[in-house]
Amino acid sequence: MFSEIAQYFRTEALPHIWCPGCGIGTITAAIVRSIKTLQLDQNNVVIVSGIGCSSRMPGYLDFNTLHTTHGRALAFATGIKASRPELDVFVIMGDGDASAIGGNHFIHAARRNIDLTAIIINNSIYGMTGGQSSPMTPHDKRATTSPYGNLERPFQILDVAKAAGATYGARATAFHNQLLTKLIVNAYNNPGFSVVETISQCPVSYGRRNKFKTPADMLMWQKEHAVMIGQKEAVGEDFSIGEIFKSEAPEYTGEYAKLRQRLKGE
Amino acid sequence: MSKARLMQGNEACAEGALAAGVKFYAGYPITPSTEIAEIMAEKLPLIGGTFIQMEDEIGSMAAIIGASLTGAKALTATSGPGFSLKQENLGYAIATEVPCVLVNVQRAGPSTGLPTSPAQADVMQARWGTHGDHPIIALCPSSVQECYELTVKAFNFAEEFRQPVIMLMDEVVGHLREKVELPDAVEVVERKKPSVSPDEYIPYANNESMIPAMANFGDGYRYHVTGLTHGENGLPTGKPAVAEKYLERLTRKLDPYLDRIQLYEEILLEDAELIVVAYGGPARSALEAVHAARSEGLNVGFFRPITIWPFPQEALEKYAGRQFLVPEMNSGQLVGEIERVVGRRQVQRLNRIDGELITPDQILQRIREVMTHVQ
Repeated sequence: MFSEIAQYFRTEALPHIWCPGCGIGTITAAIVRSIKTLQLDQNNVVIVSGIGCSSRMPGYLDFNTLHTTHGRALAFATGIKASRPELDVFVIMGDGDASAIGGNHFIHAARRNIDLTAIIINNSIYGMTGGQSSPMTPHDKRATTSPYGNLERPFQILDVAKAAGATYGARATAFHNQLLTKLIVNAYNNPGFSVVETISQCPVSYGRRNKFKTPADMLMWQKEHAVMIGQKEAVGEDFSIGEIFKSEAPEYTGEYAKLRQRLKGE
Repeated sequence: MSKARLMQGNEACAEGALAAGVKFYAGYPITPSTEIAEIMAEKLPLIGGTFIQMEDEIGSMAAIIGASLTGAKALTATSGPGFSLKQENLGYAIATEVPCVLVNVQRAGPSTGLPTSPAQADVMQARWGTHGDHPIIALCPSSVQECYELTVKAFNFAEEFRQPVIMLMDEVVGHLREKVELPDAVEVVERKKPSVSPDEYIPYANNESMIPAMANFGDGYRYHVTGLTHGENGLPTGKPAVAEKYLERLTRKLDPYLDRIQLYEEILLEDAELIVVAYGGPARSALEAVHAARSEGLNVGFFRPITIWPFPQEALEKYAGRQFLVPEMNSGQLVGEIERVVGRRQVQRLNRIDGELITPDQILQRIREVMTHVQ
C-alpha cells in the first residue's frame, strides 16, 4: 500500500517519468520499505544517483537527495560519506551508469570498502536514450546499437565488486520484491561497501526487441530464471539470487577516524 | 603580529586554504600542483578534516562537491590535463551552486604538453571550459604572498556567492619561493544558512540577493539537488518560464557584487601612453620592464587584472584611447578581452609559448618598439 510509505515521497514531484510496465517503480518501493524497516531518520538519509531512468528516483523521494552526473554517483557519495560518516548514504545506479562510464568509481569504492549501500538497477539496456546496449546487456541480445545481437560479453557486476574488495554482494529482481527489501536491509547493515544488483525489466527499449511481448512476460522470465543461491546451481540463462557474498574488511571512514585519533595521541 | 616565512607558491596556497577553514580535499596527483595535495594529506587529519586521493580527476571534483553539500569547505588542485577532466563536474557545481575551490597550476599544453614548464594556457578554459552559459570566478596570483591571500579570498567568494572559484595559478608562481607575511588572523566568510524552518525553506529561491541560503545535508532541511534545470524547489523542470527564470538568476548572480569581485592593480597609469596589461607570473616581468622603461623616460604604465573572470572591463575602459601591450605565456588568450574593451587597433601582443617565462628584457624591448611608433 502506498499510504504506508507515502511519508517518504515528495508527492509534488509525482507523477514519475517511467514507462508503464517498468521495473523501477516496484524497486523504488522496495528501497523505501527497507528504509522504513530500518527506521532510519529521514533527515539523516542521503540518496545519490547518476544519470539514467533509475537515477531519476531520488527526485521523488523525501530525503537529502543528489542527482549527479553520468557514472559519478559513487564519487559524489564518497565525498559525502568521507566528510560526514554519520549520514546513511544510498547510491542508485543503472547498469550502464555503474559499469561503463562509472566503472572506475565502482571498483575504487569497492576497494576502499567505504560504507555505502549501492543499488544497481540492471535492466540490460540504456533505457533513457532509447535502448542502446550496455556492458550488462547479455550476449546475442538486441539493442539499437547491437542490431545484429550483442557481440560482447556482459559484466557479472557482483564478481567485479567482490574482486575489487566489496564486502557484501546480493542479487534480487523486480519480481522478488520482498527478498529485495530484505537484501537492502542487510546491505545497509553491512559496515562497508555493499552492492545489491537488481534485475529489472525495460519493456519498451529491451523487451520489444528481445521477444518479450508484455511486461508480465519479463517478470515471468525473472521468476523462472532466478535460482536461490545455495539451493541450486544457476545454468544457462538462470542466475542466482540472494546473498552472493559477504566478508569482513576495514571500512574507509572508520580507518580515517582512527588515523585522526592516532594523530591526536602523538 | 604577522610571521614571515619563506614559502613556495603551492605551499602558500595550501596555507591560505587552511586559514580559510578548508576541511576537505580530494585530488589526483598531477605536476605542477601535487605539493598542494601532499600538504593537505599531512595537515587535514590533524585538524579533524579529511583528505582523500581519488581514482581520477573527475571523481575528485565530484567528491569535493559531495563534501561541500555536507557543510565542509572543500578544495581540489590540478593542472591543465586534469582541469579538462574536471570541467564536467565543475559545470555541475555551478549549476547546483555548491561552493568549492579548484586550483589549477597551469602548465604548457595542449594535451600532456610540457608538464614541468610554465604557461597561461587555460585562461579561456577557465572561462568556457564547461558547457553551457554560466558564471565563473577566476583569480590569478602573481606572487607567493598573493597565493596565500587569494586562496583565502577564493574560499570567501565561493561561500558567499555559492559559486565554484578557480585559483588560476601558473607554474612560475606555484613553484616560486619567496617571503610571505602570514597574518595572525584573516577575514573568513561562512555560507549563508537558511533562517527559516525546513517547511518554509526554498533551496533555490529567486531572492533579491540572487544568492539562495544553503542548507547542509543532514541538518534537517531535506531538498533535491540536480544538474538538470530546476525550479526554486530544486526539482527538475521542462517548463520554459521556470528554466528562463533559473538561468537568468544563475548567469547574472555575480553582477550585483562585481565591484568587490573584480580585483586589479594599477601602477603609473596617470600619464601612461602605453599600458602593459599582465597577470600571473609574467606580471612580475612586466612590472620590472615598466619601471625600466620609466627610467628611460618612457611614459609607460601597468595594469594587472587579479580577477581575470569576470574580467574587470570597467576598470580598463577608463584608459580607452591609450596604447596597450599584453604579454602572455600563451598564443593570445586574455588579450581578446582587452581588445574587446579598448579596441583591437590599440592593442599589441607579446606571446611566449616555448615553456619559458617571458623576461623583463623581452617586454622592455617591445615597449621601446611600440613607443617609437607612438611618438
